[in-house]
Amino acid sequence: MTITSPPGKEASPLATPKPAKQKGGGFLRYLITRFLLIIPTVFILITVVFFLMRVTGDPITAALGGRLTPDQLAQRIHEAGYDRPILIQYFEYLGQIFTGDLGRTMSDNRAVTEVLATYGAATLELAINAVLVALLVGIPLGLVAAKFRDRYPDAVLRILAILSYATPVFFAGLLLKLVFGVWLGWLPISGRADWQTELELTGLQSPSGIYWLDALRSGNSAAFWNVTEHAILPALALGLLTGGVFLRLVRTNAIGTLGREYVEAGRSRGVSEFRLTTKHAYRPALIPIITVMGLQIAMLLGGAVLTETTFEWSGLGFKLAEYLTARDFVAVQGIVVLLAIIVAVTNFIVDVLAALIDPRVRY
Amino acid sequence: MSTATLPASNKSWLDRLPVISHLRMSSGLQRGMLVAGLALSGLFIVTALFAPLIAPFDFAQSSDASGDFPRQAAPDSKFIWGTTATGYDVFSRTLFGAQTAIWVILTAVVMSLFLGVLLGLISGYLGGWFDRIAVVLADAIYAFPSLLLAIVMSIVISQGQSSLFGGVMAAAISITVVFIPQYFRVVRAEVLRLKAEPFVESAQVIGASPWRVMFAHLLRNATRTLPLIFTLNATEALLTLAGLGFLGFGIEPTSASEWGYDLNRAMSDATSGIWWTGLFPGLAIVLTVMGLTLVGESMNDLNDPRLRRFSRKKAKRITQSGQVGANK
Repeated sequence: MTITSPPGKEASPLATPKPAKQKGGGFLRYLITRFLLIIPTVFILITVVFFLMRVTGDPITAALGGRLTPDQLAQRIHEAGYDRPILIQYFEYLGQIFTGDLGRTMSDNRAVTEVLATYGAATLELAINAVLVALLVGIPLGLVAAKFRDRYPDAVLRILAILSYATPVFFAGLLLKLVFGVWLGWLPISGRADWQTELELTGLQSPSGIYWLDALRSGNSAAFWNVTEHAILPALALGLLTGGVFLRLVRTNAIGTLGREYVEAGRSRGVSEFRLTTKHAYRPALIPIITVMGLQIAMLLGGAVLTETTFEWSGLGFKLAEYLTARDFVAVQGIVVLLAIIVAVTNFIVDVLAALIDPRVRY
Repeated sequence: MSTATLPASNKSWLDRLPVISHLRMSSGLQRGMLVAGLALSGLFIVTALFAPLIAPFDFAQSSDASGDFPRQAAPDSKFIWGTTATGYDVFSRTLFGAQTAIWVILTAVVMSLFLGVLLGLISGYLGGWFDRIAVVLADAIYAFPSLLLAIVMSIVISQGQSSLFGGVMAAAISITVVFIPQYFRVVRAEVLRLKAEPFVESAQVIGASPWRVMFAHLLRNATRTLPLIFTLNATEALLTLAGLGFLGFGIEPTSASEWGYDLNRAMSDATSGIWWTGLFPGLAIVLTVMGLTLVGESMNDLNDPRLRRFSRKKAKRITQSGQVGANK
């Protein structure tokens, strides 16, 4: 999205003489231009984050400030090279990123890339679960709201959508924990699995880190249920709140398409109201939904940070909060850079999907 | 704009105030939403203004003449919403939280409005390399998770925690940085559109300086849509503040009361079934954001004639007055 959505200097019709090749060539070209546009976005974010983090001082003073004598501190700073001009440090950092090295964390001395790989999978799992919940809730309810526009069901759903926007994810999490975890005792309230299960799953050969996938692969049904149990509340908290956004999107777009002539034509031919809503109106409404969903991914990642902290879900967001408290800014910077890349790449994928569905986008 | 053709002289100045005119325009469900929103927002503002008068205790008070307050006490007659793990009164803290919230919202929105509009005007009108850089930067920031950016900013500004003023400013500036691109984009797009209008060209021909064109001619016309973004951003500012506080990046509990921070503390209480420490600050956030959103949404709908709904009575009156006008 954003800077990249209108593929400005796109292949003119003259550039591709053969009509047969036009389609494939145009799409490939769009794909490549769009892919190249990721680079400036990520580059700018890395630069902004780097300089912002350095304005406050070097990471060593921030992390170990009160605990070392000034001499020791100065020595550590010198060893790590933080006393050199900032531009040199910046270019060195850029070079490091290119070779896939994000430095080592201050607080627990691990390679940042390793931290990202370990905890990224957990965040991915949470995000997938949440998007599934959001889609399952948002799309059908959005269609219902559009169908009953300005009548009783629509009013209720609109209020619910506003409510889902107004509720911070950690408050929703707190309520879910209280009701389903503490009062009813149905579901576990924190973590990704019991510790026994967690040991079993991390002990697997080449684990993916996505627990339900690992549990399925090893054919361990007990572990699978355990993991699912733990996943329900976080997925609900984050998913329901994202679902509210989807609901509004589907509603607005489906209202637009429900009023079209071809829907009326379908109705006159005796197509059922259900089919009209779910097929005729829904399909074309899908394109703007997919595009906006890309922007939602950024919001979802922000929400994931809060959700993970709420449910002690040991993903990137949970670690980010931990590193923030420990003032470990090397680790923070690494996580932020990774998230920036993820956001840019998802936007790329979303644009490509939109182009696949709607050929007009490509030109 | 379109109101110029209406018999404006019949309306008193009171009716032409934004919120009141919207209220008169509305009906049915839309009026219900607007009224509910106004009531909730009003409650929020009143609470913020009179928190010191309403609250029985101070926000960081854990003892009085009769001794230390009980810890994690359930709601009773003295502490109507119970007490926290540190012995603070939840009711008082929730009330004072409104004060912190309103400070941060106002500061953040005013700052981002000012900077965003200024940058948007300059960038849109003058164009050139400044415009290119500003657009690319704004787009990159816009695409990034706003909470993460706010976290980075609050590290930069206050290294995490600080006093009331410092904390409010840190939170507000963090939020401002996130919001500037939004105002910037809206204003810039409007300016680009308006630049081609005849009135701008005539001003240029007469010899008005670029600054005069920007501030006398463009500013008024480019900022019509801003009140709506204003309410939406107020809610987003509040949610970002709460998120920062929840992650422990807000204002220290002894220097001010902040809902997000209180919810963070309440998380461990919830595990042992203590519901009152989290429920009330959480509800405060939800109700405030809902109130502001309802106002913003209804005003948005009412400004758009296609979304405006009339009651039958009113529709009849309008058609009748139209006929009377036609007969004359």
